[in-house]
Amino acid sequence: MASTAVWDEGKAREIIVRLAKLDGAMLPILHALQDEFGFVHAGATALIADALNVSRAEAHGVISFYHDFRPKPAGRRVVKLCRAEACQANGCEELVAELRRHRGLDADNQDDERLTIETVYCLGNCALGPSALVDGELVGRLDAERLADLCDGGPVQVAQTAAGDTR
Amino acid sequence: MNTVRVFVPRDAAALSVSADAVARAIRDEAARRGAEIEITRTGSRGMLWLEPLVEVETAQGRIAYGPVAFRDVASLFDAGFLMGGAHALSQGAVTDIDWMRRQTRVTFARVGAIDPLSLDDYRAHGGLKGLERALAASGADIVEDVRASGLRGRGGAGFPTGVKWKTVLDAQAAQKYVVCNADEGDSGTFADRMLMEGDPFLLIEGMAIAGLAVGATKGFVYIRSEYPHAFRTMRAAIDIARKAGVLGASVLGSGRAFDMEARLGAGAYICGEETSLLESLEGKRGVVRAKPPLPALEGLFGKPTIVNNVLSLAAVPSILADGPQAYADYGLGRSRGTLPFQLGGNVKRGGLVELAFGATLRDLIEDFGGGTRSGRPIRAVQVGGPLGAYLPASQFDTPLDYEAFAAIGAMLGHGGIAVFDDSVDMARQARFAFEFCAKESCGKCTPCRIGAVRGVETIDRIVAGVEREKNFGVLDDLNQLMTDGSLCAMGGLTPMPVMSALRHFPEDFRRAPQRAAAE
Repeated sequence: MASTAVWDEGKAREIIVRLAKLDGAMLPILHALQDEFGFVHAGATALIADALNVSRAEAHGVISFYHDFRPKPAGRRVVKLCRAEACQANGCEELVAELRRHRGLDADNQDDERLTIETVYCLGNCALGPSALVDGELVGRLDAERLADLCDGGPVQVAQTAAGDTR
Repeated sequence: MNTVRVFVPRDAAALSVSADAVARAIRDEAARRGAEIEITRTGSRGMLWLEPLVEVETAQGRIAYGPVAFRDVASLFDAGFLMGGAHALSQGAVTDIDWMRRQTRVTFARVGAIDPLSLDDYRAHGGLKGLERALAASGADIVEDVRASGLRGRGGAGFPTGVKWKTVLDAQAAQKYVVCNADEGDSGTFADRMLMEGDPFLLIEGMAIAGLAVGATKGFVYIRSEYPHAFRTMRAAIDIARKAGVLGASVLGSGRAFDMEARLGAGAYICGEETSLLESLEGKRGVVRAKPPLPALEGLFGKPTIVNNVLSLAAVPSILADGPQAYADYGLGRSRGTLPFQLGGNVKRGGLVELAFGATLRDLIEDFGGGTRSGRPIRAVQVGGPLGAYLPASQFDTPLDYEAFAAIGAMLGHGGIAVFDDSVDMARQARFAFEFCAKESCGKCTPCRIGAVRGVETIDRIVAGVEREKNFGVLDDLNQLMTDGSLCAMGGLTPMPVMSALRHFPEDFRRAPQRAAAE
């Protein structure tokens, strides 16, 4: 999911120019940059500021305000784990504790080139939790084993349904 | 044998339990057996514990099978499921399932039944009738219909939609906007997501009607980035609608313009608050604006703007098509119409339950929900998202309407209901409410920005047994201050889950202290 493209100022400029005419172009530009490069390079700040006629401070302020925009590339596997109330009711915090106990993974701070774990608050899968968005695909009815496997880079699409197995 | 139509959901919840693999398996198995089938991918019916729920069109209606696992597919074929044959997973005709029959599906009537991206399907199931009626009416008449229906904003505050629209209609400006708030990321809510994935043209139609009503020619639907599937579906539907002339310079050939765009949020919960959403759409940090001025007068780019929730706008087409009285006939008191409730958390049969106002919480969590998934007793139910109150069993007979909930210090909010069993630690849940607020506060006002951090610290002291009585006093004080002094609902309502936890579950805050290091 996370793109491996390296930062390319010319390409970034192209994206920015293409989108700058939109009303409220800032977020569409940032999303497009992140889609292209997997992160928003610090060098984008000045380019965006120029194109949208805002100060660099303003552009930086926006980039750093939103959780989604990353200052560096994410890992090859990105697990966005829901830790909101409905998933709490189904034990998502126990899954986090298990990851720490058995895998030594700290869900709050795991971010290297192999694996990024991010906390999100609600993926809208509240009746089939605990849930995670893994490389952009929604996975429900997570248990400790499946989550560990996903963190190890295991397949997101599996033939058998977890739901059918755990009922 | 004629071609048999088979329906497999492509709703994200169904995909999360491998609906794609099931669809592939059905296709492959049919090819192997030489059976002619046509698979239609639909939204979800909302019976999420049965997902993936596969339906087959037969002379007896659409027969449902679920939850279908990949390995069940061969045995379904063996059982003749293409003719509705008996199988352990058979649920009978989908519309006869008790869980569906007891609902009043108005907004969600089509979701799960149709191909979400087929405009023909949408029309065949009654779509665009509301828009056609709107095109024949004056703006004032449309606004009056919405007012007369009694529709109130489904985002949480329950403000009368017709009154908001009237304000925008009466405002004088060269440009006005319609903004759909699809960033209300309340935990325990998924109706917006299911609607956008399952019936996106309904939202488009509702927004177009809103535009015609107030004279706005441009709309934006701002969708939270946690819903990537919904965003893709909405964007595709908007393209289709534009190509078909539903959107654009001449809506349905009327010569009147309305067009719209889908925009993606970026993981900031606060952008579900309408003024910070507008800031975000303008390309700024999602920082809350002071009100007044109301967005209805000075909204997006300073222009008069309707900001409505997905479900509010999605309710509008049927109000126009069937008349306001038909809608107002549902519900009771000042809560008219239907509300799609979302049953989630630790619940046996979770999903989407659209009901007229007035059923009780108990009807929902016991009759529909069937108790907890873990099989343990229900201890607490949080209603209305992360800013909603935790309710104990003694309040389960509260009628589900805006006023009855306000009377017990709670709110219906977005209709999300998260069920917890008796293993829940309510001091931990109260702490989480503050922690969430601290993380997601936009930082503009002090009660929210600082108060949330102080709240976490104070609960930690109480749980650790440090000067408990004194800290309970601090907590009361803090809750009062945040409620009264915050700029928006984020800080203003965070005390709601905290205070309800304190009120109904005081024993959880008075346990013998444990060492903080012990997990």
